[in-house]
Amino acid sequence: MEISRRSQDTRCRLVGLDKIGLLTRLRSTCPYCSVSCGVIIYTLGDKAKNVTPQVIHVEGDPDHPINRGTLCPKGASLEQDILNERRLLKPQVRRPGATDWQDISWDDALNEIARWVKKSRDDTFVEKDQQGRTVNRCEGVAFTGGCTDTNEFNYLVVKTMRSLGVCYLENQARV
Amino acid sequence: MSQATLEIRAISGHSGSVPGAGVRREFDVCKLIDTTTCIGCKACEVACLEWNGLSFSETVFNNSYQTMPETQWNYWNLIKFNEHEREDGTLQLLMRKDQCMHCEEPGCLIACPADGAIVQYVNGIVDFQQDHCIGCGYCVTGCPFNIPKFSPTARKVFKCTLCVDRVTQGLEPACIKACPTGCLHFGTKPDMKALAETRAKQLREYSGFENAGVYDPPGVKGTHVIYVLHDASNPELYGGLPKDPHVPWAVSFWKKPLKWIGNIAMIGGLLGVFAHYLRFGPKIEPADEETPRQGGAAPRTGTRDPGGRP
Repeated sequence: MEISRRSQDTRCRLVGLDKIGLLTRLRSTCPYCSVSCGVIIYTLGDKAKNVTPQVIHVEGDPDHPINRGTLCPKGASLEQDILNERRLLKPQVRRPGATDWQDISWDDALNEIARWVKKSRDDTFVEKDQQGRTVNRCEGVAFTGGCTDTNEFNYLVVKTMRSLGVCYLENQARV
Repeated sequence: MSQATLEIRAISGHSGSVPGAGVRREFDVCKLIDTTTCIGCKACEVACLEWNGLSFSETVFNNSYQTMPETQWNYWNLIKFNEHEREDGTLQLLMRKDQCMHCEEPGCLIACPADGAIVQYVNGIVDFQQDHCIGCGYCVTGCPFNIPKFSPTARKVFKCTLCVDRVTQGLEPACIKACPTGCLHFGTKPDMKALAETRAKQLREYSGFENAGVYDPPGVKGTHVIYVLHDASNPELYGGLPKDPHVPWAVSFWKKPLKWIGNIAMIGGLLGVFAHYLRFGPKIEPADEETPRQGGAAPRTGTRDPGGRP
């Protein structure tokens, strides 16, 4: 969600900082814990055609009702989360018993996840409990959501997981 | 970190007038640190590094949560953790955010011999101008809080700027903005002083901290970073916060009386020379001293070239 052009310009004229004054400001949500603090990501340049944007600063969003500009030390270091040579950019897999991570393509990763989900569900699906009541639950799969998931995403997650019969279901829509 | 838009109140090593002093209405900015609500999360430390773009340094473990023993030239903001055993045997974990105090009478500025290397802006911020710094390190001796740190790579001294680049533009310092418990406050000095006194009164009356009070030491004519302490009668408990800080006497003696004594001695010497000249006239050398000096010069040429080139 980008701050509207007009308010961005007004703010910039008021603030006029050499570091964050005339940059592109983007609102985002801190990805770490379930508090979901609002952050502003400052990017180099004003989105002009000849500029390659680059994140140069991250700070709390003073207009966000949850944190009102404050951040914890992890959130305050978000810039290092984005600009980090050790950041994971592609899917990796560690096979059972292996000690190392291997690269895997997105297609293979998704196929493999789907296959394991299907297998786990088939293996652990419970149609009737010990007293013969129909329960139709899947006890071998759990799902947790992240704090940057939107309401709409969480709605879809709950629909999908309920259709699989997953009971151990947790996401940000519950907070 | 030169800020052309801020008027200057005091300049180090400067003779003559100061451009901004007494020119406009002034209001002092101030940080208030309420040590009673600090949880030691170190968000201020990280926010400081992020805003000022400082490099990351090795942490030092010293049997506490403290990041390193003291602030560094590239680590301006440090939470000091101190375990204090009270009289009844219970423990108290005292946490204090350590950074430059921005004294009203800055020892660093008084000690600095380089013109313009340390300035005090009209809003009370004491800032180092590294382009004028000569790296002598006198400010380190002059500071009663052990804050300025010498950088061996840059050969200059660095410290907290109270985010003068943000404050100039009307923003709060980065550490203040980040604090998640709201133990850090920022505003004008009278406002912060009032807030601090209210909080200290609250602590004394309702929270059982009988000695709670505000730390705004008069020895340096007040600071632009003030603390609310559980026990204001014992600030040493908070990681060596001096009880009565003042500019070291050697520095003030050197910069004030000694300078005048030196000037008087110098002028007196010149006057003495002049009086001697008037009384006795110029010294007349005898004319027959040329020959031995030439004789002495010949062997010296020989020693300079021992091989004896043709």
